[in-house]
Amino acid sequence: MPPTPCALCHTNRALILRPKDHSKLCKTCFITVFETEIHHTITTNALFARGEKIAIGASGGKDSTVLASVLKTLNERYDYGLDLILLSIDEGIKGYRDDSLETVKRNAEQYGMELTILGYDELYGWTMDQVVEQVGKKGNCTYCGVFRRQALDRGAARLGVKHVVTGHNADDVAETVLMNLLRGDLPRLSRTTSIITSTPSASSDPASNTNIKRSKPLKYAYEKEIVLYAHHKNLDYFSTECIYSPEAFRGSARALIKNLERVRPSAILDVVRSGEDMAKLVPGSDEGCGGTCSSNRPVAEEEEGGCGSAAGRTVGGDMASVEKQLAQNETATNNDLEVEITSPRPSTKNGAVPLSNGKKAKKGITPKKTNKQVMGQCKRCGYLSSQEVCKACVLLEGLNKARPKNKIEVGYDVQELQQRDQGVDGVADAMQQTSIGGE
Amino acid sequence: MSDDASVAITTEFSGGLEILFGNQKKYSLSVPANDEFGAPANVAFLVRYLCDKVMKDPRKELFVLDDTVRPGILVLINEADWELEGEAKYELQKNDHIMFVSTLHGG
Repeated sequence: MPPTPCALCHTNRALILRPKDHSKLCKTCFITVFETEIHHTITTNALFARGEKIAIGASGGKDSTVLASVLKTLNERYDYGLDLILLSIDEGIKGYRDDSLETVKRNAEQYGMELTILGYDELYGWTMDQVVEQVGKKGNCTYCGVFRRQALDRGAARLGVKHVVTGHNADDVAETVLMNLLRGDLPRLSRTTSIITSTPSASSDPASNTNIKRSKPLKYAYEKEIVLYAHHKNLDYFSTECIYSPEAFRGSARALIKNLERVRPSAILDVVRSGEDMAKLVPGSDEGCGGTCSSNRPVAEEEEGGCGSAAGRTVGGDMASVEKQLAQNETATNNDLEVEITSPRPSTKNGAVPLSNGKKAKKGITPKKTNKQVMGQCKRCGYLSSQEVCKACVLLEGLNKARPKNKIEVGYDVQELQQRDQGVDGVADAMQQTSIGGE
Repeated sequence: MSDDASVAITTEFSGGLEILFGNQKKYSLSVPANDEFGAPANVAFLVRYLCDKVMKDPRKELFVLDDTVRPGILVLINEADWELEGEAKYELQKNDHIMFVSTLHGG
């Protein structure tokens, strides 16, 4: 095949086939176009304000490394006047995070940015290695995800930074859209498609308990192009998979996204756009005005399990977590789902599983007329939360309880079992008496 | 080249794929000039060859799916996206550099 010339400069050999429009570009033109598009995302959504101090959530992976590199370039090229720093979370995973943090340290030097590393151990008293020792490898990603979201906010608050940017890319957003679609959770879909969200932040000083803004400047950037950008710019990034979620992409919505991309590359951005359009249909959504005109930004999503945040990856247990989430939704005290469902809901057939609002309506509870998550403070840690106790504290409570009480609880179970058996079966009764006698 | 029994190429694995290849990023290989059916060796054949001869990890499915490179893994032929070069049908030339980059691993 003769080499194809670049569609822009018409001189250099084309090396990149852009997924979004099939244009063929040379290395230099691709890098310029990629950066310019991020610049457009930043300006059209008014992500930054001059003089703003911004923490880049940095994991050492491709997304956050590219984000840091591009923001540094754009900040200089277009004179944004931003003060950029790196904020890394150390989950405490030996052989994974300690290696990736070495990458972040190199990035800090390469980009001349200040770096702060904050550990789960100092924030929560638990490293992920300890959590896994306690809860096993299954489901530990939930802990990691919930802890990480708060960790970035707490870190930012500690540094006096009010804006955190993360490396979420178009593939990540498309994946989230699909996951929420599968869950039937449009309110969450609406919140997660937003390019700017704000997360309430915790602080011992109530005066500094201010909202921390979150944004995703790479929201419209294909993962493929992020990797190619990193490759062609020789960026130093870390790419080993988390040891606790190996083969994470198998059977997940991720695999679906990648398969769609192979068939029709524009599908990823189409899913993102569909997500945005669906978000506009959600009553009370800020997306109705494009998501940016309202001073009242959508509240950032509480991390919902999986390392789908800074790591940009959700776990193989995705589908399982959908089911778990559905169960949780049923019992959720949050009323916003009800309003969503009441008006346009088609009548349920006989025998169909009743929706959660049906149950509540019978109890005579009038749904609130708010569609947004009502944010209050967590009673434990003061972090703002839609629930009385935030997710991190609920998880921590479980962990801390299990730590010393492990053996006593086993004892309880045995007793309970024995009591139950007593009532049912005389043989068990007798057996159990001997066993008690034995003790 | 036609009388040569093999083609000398280099391959490179990154983005986490190197784990499947004994944590070695770069390989200099002598690949048979013709595939199992006597046709000139192309990238499809190279992928089969890598799976059979070079990969040390048993988890082939992390590299290959439905007889082709798994979606989410980029293939660069002399730095160019393989989609610009005919994808799996591209016939290997002497001194080609074939790179496999995974986009699937942690961000």
